[in-house]
Amino acid sequence: MIILENVHKSFGSLKVLKGVNLTVHEGEVVSLIGASGSGKSTLLYCINGLEKIDSGRVTVDGTDVHAKGTDINKLRQKLGTVFQQWNSFPHLTALENVALAPRVVSKLDKAAAREVAAAQLERVGLKDKFDHYPSQMSGGQQQRLAIARALAMKPDYMLFDEATSALDPELVTEVLDTMRMLASDGMTMIVVTHEMSFARDVSDRVAFFKQGVLAEIGPAREVMESPKDPDLQRFLSSSTR
Amino acid sequence: MDYQFQWRPVIQALPQLLEASLVTLQVSVLSMGLGLLMGLVLYFIRKSPILPLRAFATTWIEVARNTPSLFQIFIFYWGLGEFGIFLSPYVSVVAALSFNCAGYMAETYRGGFAAVPKGQNMAARTLGMTAWQSLRYVELPQVLRAIYHPMTNQFTWIILASSLGMLAGLRELSGETQYFNSRTFRTFEFFMAAAVIYYVITKIALLVLKAIGWNLFKAERAAK
Amino acid sequence: MTPVFTSLQWSDLLFLLEGAWNTILISVVAIILGSVLGAIIGWLMSLKNTALNLTMMSIIDVFRSVPLLIQLILFDSFVAIAGFPLPPFFSGTIVLTVYTAALVAGVARAGIEAVPPTLRAAARCLGLSYFQELRYVTFPVGLRTAFPSWLGVALATVKDSALVSAIGYVELLRASQILNTRTQESVKIMLLVGVLYFALSYPLSLLGSRYEKKMASNDHP
Repeated sequence: MIILENVHKSFGSLKVLKGVNLTVHEGEVVSLIGASGSGKSTLLYCINGLEKIDSGRVTVDGTDVHAKGTDINKLRQKLGTVFQQWNSFPHLTALENVALAPRVVSKLDKAAAREVAAAQLERVGLKDKFDHYPSQMSGGQQQRLAIARALAMKPDYMLFDEATSALDPELVTEVLDTMRMLASDGMTMIVVTHEMSFARDVSDRVAFFKQGVLAEIGPAREVMESPKDPDLQRFLSSSTR
Repeated sequence: MDYQFQWRPVIQALPQLLEASLVTLQVSVLSMGLGLLMGLVLYFIRKSPILPLRAFATTWIEVARNTPSLFQIFIFYWGLGEFGIFLSPYVSVVAALSFNCAGYMAETYRGGFAAVPKGQNMAARTLGMTAWQSLRYVELPQVLRAIYHPMTNQFTWIILASSLGMLAGLRELSGETQYFNSRTFRTFEFFMAAAVIYYVITKIALLVLKAIGWNLFKAERAAK
Repeated sequence: MTPVFTSLQWSDLLFLLEGAWNTILISVVAIILGSVLGAIIGWLMSLKNTALNLTMMSIIDVFRSVPLLIQLILFDSFVAIAGFPLPPFFSGTIVLTVYTAALVAGVARAGIEAVPPTLRAAARCLGLSYFQELRYVTFPVGLRTAFPSWLGVALATVKDSALVSAIGYVELLRASQILNTRTQESVKIMLLVGVLYFALSYPLSLLGSRYEKKMASNDHP
């Protein structure tokens, strides 16, 4: 369970998070929607500790992410993160990309790490790309590679930061399908997205992020089909072109 | 021109000259290795928030780049004498060349690290890697690729610069050539031989580095 | 009886400054002549004549694969052998000039080739002759990109001029060596020499990095 309690965060004088509260239960898929640059990504980074918070509390399975004694590297193994830019390691093959963290972080031996990597690559449909370098793969394939890389650490949660925003339109579907597959496998996911259909069809709950707070949160269909917040109404009508 | 070229003394001295070339190579490899390491350290402490550390690195880099390398060799060879520090020709030349190399490499590293997107570190850290692991397995391999070409140039430069060892009494290729020159006064012949050997050494060094690069950087080859 | 070692005197400072002046002299002459020669070679190479390029490149390669020190000694002894020995300043300048030219040639070629062919074609369409186009379009545009690298070569020439001391030209470094043996006060002297070299080189480095920053910010407003 991930719990955010009254989380505040600012960059200099710019207040990005102004008291965010959110609880994500096991097996749940929560989508975060809202205007670009509103701080949704920052919220994700506060969960995996890439950003420090100013006040409040973030706990993952009871462990305080931002407490002094927390072993953040250990905690991050529970939290898979997929970025907008897929950030594949260009000097490694697909298999090596996925096997690296199991080998150096989980200290698996080479053969075991490759086995784990192969299984995850198969899962995201990249069985025939083991020995390809990222430069030989499309953006969609690289993003699925990034998902496999995160899955190889056997995370309990997956955080997606606009995972399809940087992709060419024709490559979006394959990545969304992979995310759908994860959701149906019961993975707990927090998904920052601009894909309204994904938010409506795949997530259990949708949260609308506005001016540093979660202005509206509820069951996916309810929020997407009968929004109460006037800004959310405007946002949705402009998004569903 | 009534000068008679005499190549026989050169041919007789060839074994010694080739042996001295090994000293040249040794000095060059050692200086390059030390320069690469110290250059990386300089790169990091120049980004340090502690002012004296930063000032130290900046001074090192600027002095290395803005004074002649021969001057730097003289500093290590003669300049430290007043403090009671007497370095052998070998040590002074290696010290001076690695001092110089570190200064240049620190700048090169800056370019290399700038070429690695910030997301690489973020991705590595979110997989649970420590800052060191991310540096070691994700960033440095990419930095190495980015700086490999300037690094090979730097290595050729060091091979050529090691000839200055002659002026500090080091018996590397040039020093050995000078030694035979002083005994035979066949200056042109001996230094011509040295020139040819230097040419061959730099060419071989470049070939070897190219082969190493070809084996190391499979990803770049795949991209083509 | 005069003592073997004497302490530093004011006249010694003058001696060092004279050495520094000689460093400036030989560097400036070599940079100017070497740049002109190098620019011509670079232009010839940009003509893309295969045979000519191969010849030029292999010659340049020789100058860049043999230590400058060896080149100096070789040339100095060659002119002596040939029967018309030159004073160190002249043989030093000649070698340093050719060495600088070999470095400038590459820079000049890259500069010329960085000028978009369409720009050159456009200039010719306006009725400019080949040499007018070279003079008013390619040269000024190419100079903008080549300038930082050229500064780097000039800086290297200033520092490399120290090697001319090996064939007996009394420039800054040689002057300091002479004083060192006489006074045994090497630390003060070397420090002063370091400062003088730094004073000659640093403005060039600074100019180079400023220019590069300016270019970078122009490219990405």
